Amino acid sequence: MAVESKPRSFLLPSQIAAVPGAEGWEKMYPYYTKFQPEDDRRFWFYNAMHFPEPMPAFDAITGEVAYEGLGAFTTRIFVFPTTLGIEHRIVNGRIYITANPVADPEEIGRRLELFQERAGYYYENWDRILKEWIVRMESLIRQVESIQVPKLPKFEDQATVTNATGLGENHFIKENFHRVMEAYSKMWHHHFEMLMLGYGAYMVFFQFCKKAFPETPDQTISRMVAGIEVLMFRPDDELKRLAKVSIEFGVDDLFVEDCNPQRVLDEMKHRGEGGRRWLEELDRSREPWFHMSTGDGFYHHHRSWNADLSVPFSALPRYVEMLRKGQSLDRPTEKLKEERSRIISEFRELLANEDERGAFDQMLGLCHLVFPFVENHKFYCEHWFTTLFFKKVAEFGALLAAHEVIPEGDDIFHLQYVEIESALADLSLAWAGGGKPLGGAHWGPIVKERKRILEKLKEWDAPPALGPIPEAINDPALQMLWGITSETLETWSSTEEALDSKELVGFAASPGIVEGIARVLKNVNDIGQIREGEILVCPVTAPSWGPVFGKIKAAVSDIGGTMSHAAIVAREYGLPAVVGTGQATHRIKTGQRLRVDGNRGVVRILD
Amino acid sequence: MADGIYVTRFSEIGIADRPTVGGKGASLGELASAGIRVPPGCIVTTNAFERFLAEIDPQGSIRREVSQLSAADAEAIAHFSGRVRARIEGEALPADLQTLIADHYNELHSATTGSNQPVAIRSSATSEDSTEASFAGLQDTYLWVRGTSSVIEHVRRCWASLYSIESITYRRKLNLPEDGLAMGVVIQRMIDALCSGVMFTRSPKSGDRSVVVLEASWGLGSAVVSGEVTPDQYVIGKVTGEIVSRKVSTKLREHRPHAEGAGVADLEVPLERQSVACLSDEEIHELVKIAKQVERHYGAPQDIEFAVARDLPPGDNVFLLQSRPETVWAAKEKEPVAAPKKKAFDHVVSLMSGGTAKR
Repeated sequence: MAVESKPRSFLLPSQIAAVPGAEGWEKMYPYYTKFQPEDDRRFWFYNAMHFPEPMPAFDAITGEVAYEGLGAFTTRIFVFPTTLGIEHRIVNGRIYITANPVADPEEIGRRLELFQERAGYYYENWDRILKEWIVRMESLIRQVESIQVPKLPKFEDQATVTNATGLGENHFIKENFHRVMEAYSKMWHHHFEMLMLGYGAYMVFFQFCKKAFPETPDQTISRMVAGIEVLMFRPDDELKRLAKVSIEFGVDDLFVEDCNPQRVLDEMKHRGEGGRRWLEELDRSREPWFHMSTGDGFYHHHRSWNADLSVPFSALPRYVEMLRKGQSLDRPTEKLKEERSRIISEFRELLANEDERGAFDQMLGLCHLVFPFVENHKFYCEHWFTTLFFKKVAEFGALLAAHEVIPEGDDIFHLQYVEIESALADLSLAWAGGGKPLGGAHWGPIVKERKRILEKLKEWDAPPALGPIPEAINDPALQMLWGITSETLETWSSTEEALDSKELVGFAASPGIVEGIARVLKNVNDIGQIREGEILVCPVTAPSWGPVFGKIKAAVSDIGGTMSHAAIVAREYGLPAVVGTGQATHRIKTGQRLRVDGNRGVVRILD
Repeated sequence: MADGIYVTRFSEIGIADRPTVGGKGASLGELASAGIRVPPGCIVTTNAFERFLAEIDPQGSIRREVSQLSAADAEAIAHFSGRVRARIEGEALPADLQTLIADHYNELHSATTGSNQPVAIRSSATSEDSTEASFAGLQDTYLWVRGTSSVIEHVRRCWASLYSIESITYRRKLNLPEDGLAMGVVIQRMIDALCSGVMFTRSPKSGDRSVVVLEASWGLGSAVVSGEVTPDQYVIGKVTGEIVSRKVSTKLREHRPHAEGAGVADLEVPLERQSVACLSDEEIHELVKIAKQVERHYGAPQDIEFAVARDLPPGDNVFLLQSRPETVWAAKEKEPVAAPKKKAFDHVVSLMSGGTAKR
């Protein structure tokens, strides 16, 4: 690849045309997400890690509210000295983001003072604050779960009169929907409350190791940070437990490849004591561990395991088979702990002097302090809370559909939330006045058109970045989470030229070299298509794909960094993984033979 | 070591014996005593060298004349060098010394190899291989020498190489004292190497102490060391044992012992072996294990030469030929990457400040 002629700029936002057939996509999103002419002067990158698909109109709030929360904590609360937070835009349904740096040295100095004090307070009180955080989150989760969707009966219950509540049912359509949205906003604020400080700790340690051990890969450094008891492993552990007891109770024969969950559950009822006990165990696992999203928490169609049992059930046959063969499924936590200690002490010994060792101890200690929150918050926020949130919104959708305001319940996700307000008002007026809602004729065609547009938008090959290449990527969150560094930018911009190359380069997330057949999955709902021994190629390897890791030979993703949960899981499964390749899902086709080199971070198409 | 000891076995000496066996010899003895597999051998000590020098130059004029030479005066150095080398190489050794060398050489024969064991004859100067100055490559080494008389002849050539043009010029340029500079000579059983190479237990490129950088190619190590071949290159993490990077090169030449008997031939590598990795992963891991052992033994990063014997089974076939302190990064004064701060989170503050934080 020619290095001299690397482009000074990616395509400009103003140069992006609508995907043919998807004209009018703009109507799906708020005015403040449109690219402005002056945005051509800024660098934007496509956040494919969180938003790998075009955004349905409602789902766009997952970006909007997240960035509200992130920015508040970075810009105004902890006052990070050099960065203000993230702005986002939407084009052709895809979310692009940029960070706003602080340039003025005096301003940086002022912000630094505040940051020192405030960040210091949280780091010093971390464990106590985390305990309180968990209590707060569990309360928020219970709140959103318990919000009632009004029934809107023909005649309200007598109790409204005898209790003199002074409020009609239709009032609660709006109040309760607002409460759902308020809870959602709170969740994102809580999500970022401690996260950026956590990433800061990671950044510090990784930077130190890159200087002290320049030729040591990030994945090796991650092994010193990664904790062993992490909530995100628990749902998978529950599946292993269910596999184990199924054998104990003599019902394991029901778990064959492609088994239908509903049929299995029905059959369990005819299996006497064994079946009954297994169903009990299932219920124990489901609350809360099956509140796992099949995605990362950003799309309504990524349902929870509770809503779609086929996802967790797809792992059971393999676990049962392994147990029958006498293989242990338990994560070797003792061994993992010992390994981690050994690696830490050996690297520590290799440092040059006591100063470096002292700094190493401080930095690693901070990483271990923040690691539980950085990993576990996902379960509370993006999984448990979010799946219940989307479920609740879907219930409002069902209400609207029942009154023919929208054609089907899930069509609510094709309305912006401000439009949902008007749909609910339409319903409220109709119920109150005894008339018919006018929404049917209004929303019907709109929803139909938006669905059609979304299908078209899915075909778009979204450029990984837009605008002029920046000098350096300084924002620690960007670097850590998305694996974006100046090297990534170079890879992306040179990949644009070398489109017929058979090689893709990314980050070596988990070691090992294997060859196999590719299975390209752009949508995590297609997870059932994966066959044993295939190589998974996906936009991002979400943690909820964990159960599938037992089936595959290797994993390749478009976006990701070496501290991602997927990298940790891949290493524990001993599975080669290459993340952050940029365009794997576009350049690789299902059925192609691949060679995945998790040592060097290289994927080669062999056909 | 007593003045009267002229030849000594590896197993009998250690690093403290550098004054009498030279740097190379001392380190080989040290490795052997540490239980590292090195080809067996013996060392003709500096006592022998001093005795020989005293017999041909009782006034000590050679040493005096060298110290008076100017590094810039190439002609004078060339003239002097030629004269002294001819003297040393032409003069016979005292009879008892010859017998001693012959006896030790014969000890190196085994039941399998028979007599006329091929050996390497290596210079081992007393100032060599210290961390302050590396004389690497300036003194002579002779490979695949067979037979007692040839061994003795090459011992004299090694002694003479102390007065080669390059060596004299080097010493005069750095103004190193001639007194106390003497030559030990290592006589070591040679490995018919399937493949050989070098290892650095600290990356030559970046100074990273947590990796072993390994380069290897077919045949004897002289091809790699002289730079005549592009070797396969590996970077291996010491802590996890993971092969972080591997680059298999097209290896066009190899050094093999002459089919006829003595010396080394420079041959073309057959096409089918040119782009094949010359080391298996198991061999790489064993080499790294040995390298870590040696580094631990010396307490400092090492520059190691190794060979994999052609006709020995796996597990028994990896030999170290040499290990000396790594000098390039050892010499670099480096600021600590970081130092402890008052509070651990001050590191985060410092990072987030874009370098403007004073804490």
